[in-house]
This record gives sequence, C-alpha cells and structure tokens, in this order.
Amino acid sequence: MGKNVLVIEDEPNIIEAINFILSRDGWAVKTHSNGHDAMQVVEAQVPDLLILDVMLPGRSGYDILHDIRAHDRVGDLPVLMLTARGQKRDREMAERAGVSRYMAKPFSNSELLDAVRSLVAP
Amino acid sequence: MADSSIVGTRIRERRLLAGLRQSELAALVEISPSYLNLIEHNRRRIGGKILLRLAEALNVEPSVLSQGAAAALIEGLQQAAAAQESHRIETDHLEEFAGRFPGWAHLLVDGAARIHELEGAVKTLTDRLAHDPHLAESLHEVLSVVTAIRSTASILVETPALEPEWQARFHRNINEDSQRLTEGAQSLVRYLDAAPGSEADIKSPQDELEAFLDSHSYHFPTLEGDTGAGDVVAAILLDEAILTTDTARTLAGGVLKLYQSDARRAPLSQMATAVAAYGPDPTAIADHLGIEAVTVFRRMACLPSDVLDEVGIVICDSSGTLMLRKPIEGFLVSRLAGSCPLWPLFQALTQPGTPIRTLIRQTGRDARTFHAMAISEHVGPAQYNLPGPRRSYMLLIPERGPEHRPEHWSEHGPEHGPEYGGEAGTTAPAEVGTSCRICPKPGCAARREPSALKDGF
Repeated sequence: MGKNVLVIEDEPNIIEAINFILSRDGWAVKTHSNGHDAMQVVEAQVPDLLILDVMLPGRSGYDILHDIRAHDRVGDLPVLMLTARGQKRDREMAERAGVSRYMAKPFSNSELLDAVRSLVAP
Repeated sequence: MADSSIVGTRIRERRLLAGLRQSELAALVEISPSYLNLIEHNRRRIGGKILLRLAEALNVEPSVLSQGAAAALIEGLQQAAAAQESHRIETDHLEEFAGRFPGWAHLLVDGAARIHELEGAVKTLTDRLAHDPHLAESLHEVLSVVTAIRSTASILVETPALEPEWQARFHRNINEDSQRLTEGAQSLVRYLDAAPGSEADIKSPQDELEAFLDSHSYHFPTLEGDTGAGDVVAAILLDEAILTTDTARTLAGGVLKLYQSDARRAPLSQMATAVAAYGPDPTAIADHLGIEAVTVFRRMACLPSDVLDEVGIVICDSSGTLMLRKPIEGFLVSRLAGSCPLWPLFQALTQPGTPIRTLIRQTGRDARTFHAMAISEHVGPAQYNLPGPRRSYMLLIPERGPEHRPEHWSEHGPEHGPEYGGEAGTTAPAEVGTSCRICPKPGCAARREPSALKDGF
C-alpha cells in the first residue's frame, strides 16, 4: 500500500476523480468533505500529504492550514491547496498561511499527479 | 449668472457673427458708428429702444443681448470645468464662450454630463463584480463543476481498459455535472444581463425566495395543521417556477420547514384566537400559548390577512446581514445598501430572548408610524462559553390609533429614548432611516457614511 493522502474537498465528483487518479497511481486515499471537523480528521489520520480545498462548508481551508502549521504533530505536513480563486492575492494568502503547493481550479489530472509526486515520494 | 455689464461685448460678438461692419449695424439702428463703438466696448449702458433695434437688426431675442447665455448653460460649463484637472480652463470667459458658441457650449455640457453618468455606471459595475457575494459564489460553483468535468473526462479518455462499472459511474458524474454547469451558466447570464438597479429581473436566490413567498402572500395553507406523512414541503416546491436555482430552492425549503415546525407549535386556529384576544402582541400571545416568543414572531408574519391584515417582518443574522424581508407599505428596506443601525432589529441582537417594542417612523415623505417589535435568538446547538450565532426578527405593525391597539399597550407604552433614536420622555415615534446613503437625518450618531441628500457626518 502506498503513502496516505487525505483529500478534504466538498465537491463529491472532484473527490471521486481525485480518489480514482491517486488510487490508480498507488496512493492510499482517504476523503473528507467539510471544514467543521477537518482538523480532528487530520490529527487522527496524520496523512503523508493533505489535499485541501479553500472554500469548504464550516471552515475555510486557510484557517485549517493555519491550525495545521501551529500544530506540534502535523505542523510539517505537506499541503496541496486547491481553489477556484486563482487571483494573486489568494495565492499570497495561501503562501502566508504556509501552503506547500497551490493549484487553481480547473487543473489537469497530470498536473495534480505531478504536484502530489513532487511533494511526497510515493 | 449673466453679467449685464458686458451687453456691449455680446452685441459686438453677434455683429461679427452676422458679418456686419460697425458702420453697417450703426446705420441699421440709426445711431452713429462712434456711439456703437462706445456701446460695444461697454462704455455706454443701453436699454430700451436702442437695445430692441439692435436685437432686431442682429436677428436675436433682446434677452440674448441683455442676459447673455442661459444661467443653466453657464452653470453646466462651470461644473464641466471643475470636473477636470488636466487643463487650465478660462472660466472668466465662460459667458463669452456660451454666448458666441451656444451650440458648442451645449454639446460640451451634455458631453460632460454623459461622462459623469457613465463613470457612475462603471463604478457600480466594478463594485458589483468585485464585491458581489452572489456572483463570487456562482463563479465558484461553475469553476468547481468545470474541474469535476475536466478530471472525469480525462479519466475516461486517458485510462486504458477502464472497467465498465467505473465507466458507467464517471459517465453518470459527467451527466450530472453538465446539468449543474448548464444551470450555473444560465443563472450567471440572467444575473449579468440585469442592469444594475434594474428591478425588471429577479437576480439573486434571495430575490427569488422573496418573490416566491410574496406570490403565496407568505402563507401556506397546506403547511397548517396536521400535514400528514407526505413531504408537503417538497410538494410545494415541485412545480414552483419562480425558484429557478438550486440555491433558491434550498433556501425556500429551509423557510418552509421552519414554517411547518412553527405551525405545529402554534396552530392557526390558536393563533387566530390569540390575535383576536390580545391584538398583534407576540409576547402576550406567546405567554398565552405557553411557547417561546420567537416562534410567535415568525407565525405572525405568515398569518392569512383575515387574521392579521398588515404585518411586515425583517430578519437578519449576527452580522446584521438581512436574510429575509416581508415588505410593508411605508417602511423601506434595502438589502443591498445596508440598513439603518437604529432599527430595533439590531438592538435586539445584543440581548437574545429579550423582546423590544418601540414606535418608529422612517424619514421620508411616505413614511408611516409602526409598532416595531424585535427579538433575537441563538441558533444552532449551544456550546459552553461560546456566544454562538444569533438571528434577529423585527415585526412591523402599523400604528392606526387607540382602537386598533391592544389595550394593555397603552398602559405600558413603548420604549423611547435616545438609544432608540427618540427623545427622552417623549411618546413621539423614534425617527429611523432606510440606509445612511439616502437618509437626511442630521447629527445622527449612528451614521456610517455621508448622505447623498445633504451633508452627512
């Protein structure tokens, strides 16, 4: 079994597509779809990589990322952020929050796969 | 303002325009060329017959010579000159310019007015694109669906020997997403097609919700009483053409479910009896029925007109953002412009569960006096040491005189005083506004921006 990727995204068909792409590439994928308890899920699973949407119900991806970076155990977790807001200020906000890689929607599957492989060796 | 001291200058300009020499004009009006020369250099004041003869000879109205260009035209030129900074404008020659070239002057004034108007429209559109939450949400929705379609389509094309069950699943996903994309794109087109400020088209899910509720007069007989086992809410929404977007349907579904729940706690027959006994007093009715007041506030806004004929309601969340409004004549509510901070609706947010009642009246010509009753509640599950989000409700009942007022209200008069915008010790209604931008109330401590009607702050 490959390394663990946790996908936190509220769009079910994007989750399904990412799950399929990464699973076929040998990653063990787990998913979650809201921001309310995202931090608890990250703490419980301690994945090797987190793919995090920005606009989530309950809590924004920026806030979740901020908490991750301040956390003792998962503070160094690689985080790939996905967002439909690709403006410069959004990218800068993600960088200030400590994002490892930032990707604007819509993205291609190969871009996503390359980004995941570059952040964590499978 | 026309300058009578330059009548001679105007005569000279008109003579030159007419292509006459000084001696020719002097001959026509039967005066000497030297006298006309003195007149044209403003060294002789003229009036009466000579002015009339000169006007006739120059084929203009006497007022054109005596008063010069119209004051409005001069003022328009002054405004056009003030609106630009890049060139030095010879403002001391405005009247001369307007008098000699009235056509060009009108063209310039009209052009400047049009530029001003278009700049305003551009600013409105820019604000709308940059800060409109509905537009941002719609674009996010479209981009998310496009992402799902793109990823799924790539999987279908690029994955060799994809298992049939996966193929079927992804085909279904693409079909679903393409339908959502169609709805999202159509909604965006409808929204962007509507001119700013235009009321001709329904623009946002909130607007759709309010239009839907208004089309039912905010009352749903099938949700009253025992609604049985079927999903009555879904049945109401099934053929509702006004609700064109999923978001509006979701909002409407939430409102109707709350309506249904409230109707179980405060049935129509009991509400009708209580309104007849206590008048439009939600706290007295709640006490009589033994239920929480906030349920009665909501129920009162949804009663049929034969039970309570004129009632408005405004609902906001903890941020003060208006969530729903049932309009009532004489009280303007603008969701886009931001509301008056003096409304009891916002006072109630600070003290959940404590009802407020006060007489209010909006500034403006068509305003009426209302009994405004407000209450707020915590929403969502209670959490220790956290205030939690709140929702505030303000009922508006027109003040129609003692015979329409509950008897016990005269004994316990409504709250007044500076905190409600009124004067201490008076029983006059508190004066509130619609929105600061269009409120002329002078010296208002709650003002957050200057009024467009007169100087604010």
